[in-house]
Amino acid sequence: MKFDPERPIYMQIVDLIKKKIARNEILPMNKLPSQRELAVLMNVNPNTVQRAYKELEDEKIVVTLRGQGTFVSDNPALVKKLKNELANKALDDFFIEMKSLGFSNAEISHLISKFLTEGIDDNAAKS
Amino acid sequence: MTMLLKVENVSKCYFGKTALTNINYSLEKGKITGLLGPNGSGKSTLLKIIAGLIPCDSGNIYIDEKPLSYRTKADVAYLPEVDIFPPNIKVKEILAFYNKVFQDFNFKKAKKLLNELGLQESLTPNTMSKGMRTRLKVVVTLARECPLLLLDEPLSGIDPLSRDQIIKAIAREFASEHQSIILSTHEVFESEGLFDEIILLNQGSICLRGDAEQLRESSSLRKLLEEVYR
Repeated sequence: MKFDPERPIYMQIVDLIKKKIARNEILPMNKLPSQRELAVLMNVNPNTVQRAYKELEDEKIVVTLRGQGTFVSDNPALVKKLKNELANKALDDFFIEMKSLGFSNAEISHLISKFLTEGIDDNAAKS
Repeated sequence: MTMLLKVENVSKCYFGKTALTNINYSLEKGKITGLLGPNGSGKSTLLKIIAGLIPCDSGNIYIDEKPLSYRTKADVAYLPEVDIFPPNIKVKEILAFYNKVFQDFNFKKAKKLLNELGLQESLTPNTMSKGMRTRLKVVVTLARECPLLLLDEPLSGIDPLSRDQIIKAIAREFASEHQSIILSTHEVFESEGLFDEIILLNQGSICLRGDAEQLRESSSLRKLLEEVYR
């Protein structure tokens, strides 16, 4: 994985794990890799992974059981919450981009409904 | 937090040319420091002084609260930037030699590392690529179970695969409970995921130091690097 050089790496690991949970790639009660395994996998310092797991624990997304490892919380609301969180982020990025291109709310709304019914307009996308 | 290494007001000149000016730095147990800076900024000189290979002109150094002496050499494993192995001695014999010289050398770990880094005991350095020779240096350094590892440019000028293998070996073997590492590099962005903290040297002085994650966020590191490397 390539890291964004302008954001703390531990936060990027936190976001990656959240994303995997939201996409059901890691399920509630699944075991996460050990800190050492993940550090080797991602070419980072084990201390950085520890910091990421600590952050996930503080947000109650994972629990660490002594001697057994770190597990995704068994909380049915969690996946939903993460999905919403990520959806809001995607919307946010989309609106910031559209506004920077000078589209008004009405135009954006029109484009969205058009997109939902017809898919993307190839000619418009190219021009 | 206990300091494994303390460097106080260290200065060094080579034949009247300043190499280091008033370096102050301390390293906690369990941390990896990235020692960054362009070529000629004093990185290797600082590591050699800490390793006890060359004297400093002024200042003090303490390793685990003991002043630097021949005794502290037992606490330091140093990976030099240059080639150190005789060209036609088998890897097997090199490992046996290290095992004899260093009391803290873990022979089993060395064999395991050799395997993980894709090297064979029957090879000799004169038939190995630069990347392979560097991997061998990493094997014999990481196999020592000692508190302070000094790695001078272990990632420079080698193929991407070797680099990746070396970074993984460090991530796997770093004993964060009782060990610290200083890793120097002029290729800054290759290895930044490994660092807890960063020191940036320029013309023999520390021009920036701090927590790697905070520096990444504040982007001051990036700006400074651009200036220093310009």
